[in-house]
Amino acid sequence: MAPKKIVLRFGADISGNPVIYRLVKDYDLMVNIVKANVNPQKEGTLVLELTGEKYDQGLEFLRRQGVSVQALTREVVRNGDRCTMCGACTAICPTGALFIERPGMEVRFDGDNCVVCQLCVKACPVRAMEVRL
Amino acid sequence: MSAEKTYAEINERIKAGKAVVLTAEELIDLVNEKGLTEASRQVDVVTTGTFAPMCSSGAFLNFGHSAPRMRMSRVWLNNVPAYAGIAAVDAYIGATEVPEDDPLNNNYPGEFRYGGGHVIEDLVAGRPVRLKALSYGTDCYPRREIETTITLNDINDAFLFNPRNAYQNYNCAVNTTDRTIYTYMGTLKPRLGNAHYSTSGQLSPLLKDPHFKTTGIGTRIFLGGGVGYVAWHGTQHFPAIQTDAQGRELGANGGTLAVIGDLKQMSPRWLMGTSYLGYGATLSVGIGIPIPVLNEEIARYAAASDAELYAPVVDYGTTYPERQPGNLGFVSYAQLKSGKITVNGREVPTAPLSSYPRAREIAATLKQWIGTGKFLLTEPVQLLPSPADGLSGKPLNG
Repeated sequence: MAPKKIVLRFGADISGNPVIYRLVKDYDLMVNIVKANVNPQKEGTLVLELTGEKYDQGLEFLRRQGVSVQALTREVVRNGDRCTMCGACTAICPTGALFIERPGMEVRFDGDNCVVCQLCVKACPVRAMEVRL
Repeated sequence: MSAEKTYAEINERIKAGKAVVLTAEELIDLVNEKGLTEASRQVDVVTTGTFAPMCSSGAFLNFGHSAPRMRMSRVWLNNVPAYAGIAAVDAYIGATEVPEDDPLNNNYPGEFRYGGGHVIEDLVAGRPVRLKALSYGTDCYPRREIETTITLNDINDAFLFNPRNAYQNYNCAVNTTDRTIYTYMGTLKPRLGNAHYSTSGQLSPLLKDPHFKTTGIGTRIFLGGGVGYVAWHGTQHFPAIQTDAQGRELGANGGTLAVIGDLKQMSPRWLMGTSYLGYGATLSVGIGIPIPVLNEEIARYAAASDAELYAPVVDYGTTYPERQPGNLGFVSYAQLKSGKITVNGREVPTAPLSSYPRAREIAATLKQWIGTGKFLLTEPVQLLPSPADGLSGKPLNG
């Protein structure tokens, strides 16, 4: 079975838990960490490639722990015509892919740091962040 | 000796192409460099700007008469209800109105993807808008139903009339509860996960005129990319000077403006339909106000920098929805713009909802309009209530 890429998001209350260890030990899954980030608020995001017989049970375990699990099959892009550079997305983005450049206060988007959690897509007041399939 | 100037003198200099016009940012630099007295002598006009969601916005429209004639007692534009309880074929489309079949917050948090603000943006952009109207039929207005398409050019009148815009200052919103909340100040993460603020600080029009010395009824302004006017004080206009526990002045708060202008001159760059997750639809509005430097006192207020202007930190998880007084302290716009503030001893990341780059663009545009002589200043017909009037909000009992 080809590995599937997934995005995990952890709240501050669970980002200290050894969930990856449990995925390997209890569910016998093969894990490849593509990206990992814990922000200053201790919220974590992980992009994983995951394979194994107990894939579904592993995801079920993650969800039981309060981890948000999402397939990574898409890309987020910014519509430059629509973006007003207000900054409303910047404290919502968990990985700092959307950030403010000071002192000009321009909003920048670094797609390399984006984990496609899509929080910005709904948080953007003028709907400038779009999901590309 | 500080130099005093009159509106007439400044306008003469604008017409002659000799007026010295600076943005509020540039004035701050000049005052730092040359001192207040010299700067107030040199500068004729200071321009300000703000671009942010302003919910109390909307437009009066007159559609023209169909044959046979119709009273239009109920009106929808792209499925969004407009208020038609005024004369035949007049209606008011409000920025926060949403279609009757919008799921609202039934699917929490609701997305509010399209509303009155988006209708206004579509009109200003020249896009066709679906008009549907119903009526009960009268002898003079027999028609009972119409469905057609309009554009901004097709209709007789369209003027923006926003009863509460350009808030002088605004809360810095945080959330101390254990769950994410969805507010008109954006998505606020639990346990002080973020802090949102929504003014352009040192560029913000009414922060630069804290005592309403120059902004009044009839003041000509940049509105939505066109020319507009201050029509009245805004609703909930309760201007005051903030002070901390030691009585130190922390800048102004509480003033608002009602503004009016011809929608047909405006631009979708400066009137944008806006959606707040879990809260509602609204309109982002661009406003810029010129401040004539009539004397040194006006220059001093206009030169206030982000370090001297403060916002109260308010908990939108507890005290705000319950209308309880108090705040979690004050933070300066310099701190807010740095990207982090300290609240209850914790470092909290900040983000603006008001676009500072767009505010700067408005101040620069207004500077250019004045500099080329195409925009003259108006002396207010009447000044607005100021902090000295001591206005304050009345509670609603019930």
